[in-house]
Amino acid sequence: MLLNTISNALSTLSEPWWKVFYDFSSLTRGIDEGLRSSMSEFWAVTVEMLIIGVVFLLFYAVIGLFLVIAERKVCAFIQNRLGPNRIGPFGLFQTVADLVKLLFKELIPIKNADSFLFNLAPYIVIIVNFMVLAALPYGKGLHAIDFNIGIFYVIAVSSMSVIGVLLAGWSSNSKYSLIGAMRSGAQIVSYELSIGLAIITVVILAGSMQLSEIVEAQRTGWFIFKGHVPAFIAFVIYVISGTAETNRGPFDMAEAESELTAGYHTEYSGIKFAFFYLAEYINMFIVAAVASTLFLGGWMPFHVGNWESFNRIMDFIPPFFWFFGKTFFVIYLIMLFKWTFPRLRIDQLLTLEWKYLLPINLVNVLVMAFLVLMGWHF
Amino acid sequence: MEEIVKEVVIGEQEEYIINMGPQHPSTHGVLRLVVSLKGEIVKNIEPHIGYIHRGIEKMCESITYPQIIHLTDRMDYLSAMMNNEAVCLAVEKGLEVEIPDRIKVIRTIMSELSRIQSHQLFWASYGMDMGGQTCFFYGLRDREKILDIFEETTGGRMIVSYSCPGGLMYDIHPNFQKRVKDFIKYFRGVLWEYDAILSGNVIFRERTIGIGTLTLEDAVSYGITGPSGRASGFACDIRKQEPYSAYDRVKFNEVLYTQGDTYHRYLARIEEMRESMNIIDQLIDNIPEGPYFVKMKPVIKLPEGEYFQRVETARGELDVFIISDGNKNPYRVKFRSPNFVNLGVLNHISKDFKIADLIAIAGSLDFVIPDIDR
Repeated sequence: MLLNTISNALSTLSEPWWKVFYDFSSLTRGIDEGLRSSMSEFWAVTVEMLIIGVVFLLFYAVIGLFLVIAERKVCAFIQNRLGPNRIGPFGLFQTVADLVKLLFKELIPIKNADSFLFNLAPYIVIIVNFMVLAALPYGKGLHAIDFNIGIFYVIAVSSMSVIGVLLAGWSSNSKYSLIGAMRSGAQIVSYELSIGLAIITVVILAGSMQLSEIVEAQRTGWFIFKGHVPAFIAFVIYVISGTAETNRGPFDMAEAESELTAGYHTEYSGIKFAFFYLAEYINMFIVAAVASTLFLGGWMPFHVGNWESFNRIMDFIPPFFWFFGKTFFVIYLIMLFKWTFPRLRIDQLLTLEWKYLLPINLVNVLVMAFLVLMGWHF
Repeated sequence: MEEIVKEVVIGEQEEYIINMGPQHPSTHGVLRLVVSLKGEIVKNIEPHIGYIHRGIEKMCESITYPQIIHLTDRMDYLSAMMNNEAVCLAVEKGLEVEIPDRIKVIRTIMSELSRIQSHQLFWASYGMDMGGQTCFFYGLRDREKILDIFEETTGGRMIVSYSCPGGLMYDIHPNFQKRVKDFIKYFRGVLWEYDAILSGNVIFRERTIGIGTLTLEDAVSYGITGPSGRASGFACDIRKQEPYSAYDRVKFNEVLYTQGDTYHRYLARIEEMRESMNIIDQLIDNIPEGPYFVKMKPVIKLPEGEYFQRVETARGELDVFIISDGNKNPYRVKFRSPNFVNLGVLNHISKDFKIADLIAIAGSLDFVIPDIDR
């Protein structure tokens, strides 16, 4: 029945099937109408939610596994190595093999650990990830929920992942974990401010918090070009604090392996460890995806003023690919940081945030508001 | 369990005691540090050693002098060449053998190569302690080339057992001179990468400058030798103070700093690599012809008495003290290992710094745990 609905939806398209890559809204509308015509509204919504849920589960796993192998290949490239190259072509299935191994590994119960919280923590981190993924615009019309406070929702929900980390550290009854969790708490709470202010800078420029509108506003030019210097400063601050937010090097204080062995997930094993590990990569994807949506035009192709033919060639690349191209560019930047810089110390990390990034950010927001007020942006 | 309870009682209230080691990524082996914390601040460090104690000094009493050489490799395994040399020099002093120049020059070149590879590994692992994992691969990439040179001549890569009483185990490989020259040329070309990726990095400098400062007085009174001592201005280079082997015929600078902080302990090692290359440059083309060993009696018996030799290993001053009663075995052997002495200062200089600083300070003292325990 489901397949029937999809094929009906596809057949109702007036254009060739590959046109769907340029605008998903006709496909999604087709499925929606097909479902509503064959069942009551309640069931139609339920089935739609199920489809979206399954799609995101698959997406989550694929992106997670892909980013792990990408990270290993990037760090191998930086370190004069080959990286994994045994399983599959270019070692592409290495992470699949790793995942299977982690699935079959024993979950080691910890003595005197608060087992309820201990088991709950990885799920909190994962659920937060899913909630954010749902709000991102992946392509034209490819958007699970699009509501008027989209970006606000993303900030609000993503900051909840610190609860998972704190719970993990607290409940494992291990000293290293506790130190890691406390560091992580201080770090995420402080850098949340910078991320928020950097995002507010863009919201002022776009005049909307709805993600689809923010992307639409960049049709005439990406915000990083449109917003003069303040937008660029906001982008730099966003990438720095986004790296800190995901607990990645050089800000990986929470799991500083040379100091705290593995920080807050020292005591986790098997699939629960894999959850934390995957969540770190999905967090990185989210940070990069938000960066590309807010600053680099989301799924908008790259256009240059009135170069008609150039713009038409750019339009030929589907928006879907634009979004992922930009996201992976930002991810590569974040990976480069990790593999070239040594780690900061916890007090230096907080100094950087409270004494440098926050004041710069506050001034930046004012400057941006002034620019928008005077209409000096492009 | 009992022990942990005791420690909690010993520690002051509000102090948080964690065990770093025996298995910990940054103790570089089986060193155990019991660290008392107040939040992130280190209040007290109690090193517990002995996890890799093999009783080398006691074992030496029941084996012959040529056999002792093979045990010394296993003390500071990164300065195996210098350890071998120290025992050989002590035994040769006792036997009053005249050592030909060829042997002296080859021993010096080997020691300096050994020093370079040890400092390369220091740099690599120090970068990793600081969280910059790329350093590790860069450092090992270059170290591999020296190990290959060692392997070609001695047959071993780390455990070389190259010097023996009366000379060397084998003559140098015909390729030796060419490969060493190639390496020096290559390494001069890549040493700037070390500075680019770590020494000049803002984060790294912020983390190390002014951290764990060791004053000259403390360095002298704690007996901190090697690059760690010289970073505090303690002119303790045995190669200058009491030149042995061919060190009296080469020109080199003793790397001295006055700041004594973590950054300068690190920098002293980077500079020493440059000095070592200068020493090798002066010697590599002038290896005299001649035999690579002096014919000794089949059984080496030191005349009754006490023999003492100091050498400069990559980590500081190694002293060998042998008491002989005229037999083929020594009566007593004592090694003054630099790492054991350097460990003593750890608590003194890392108090009131943060956990991350403790890792940086311990890393900059460059411990090799088997040398601490012996």
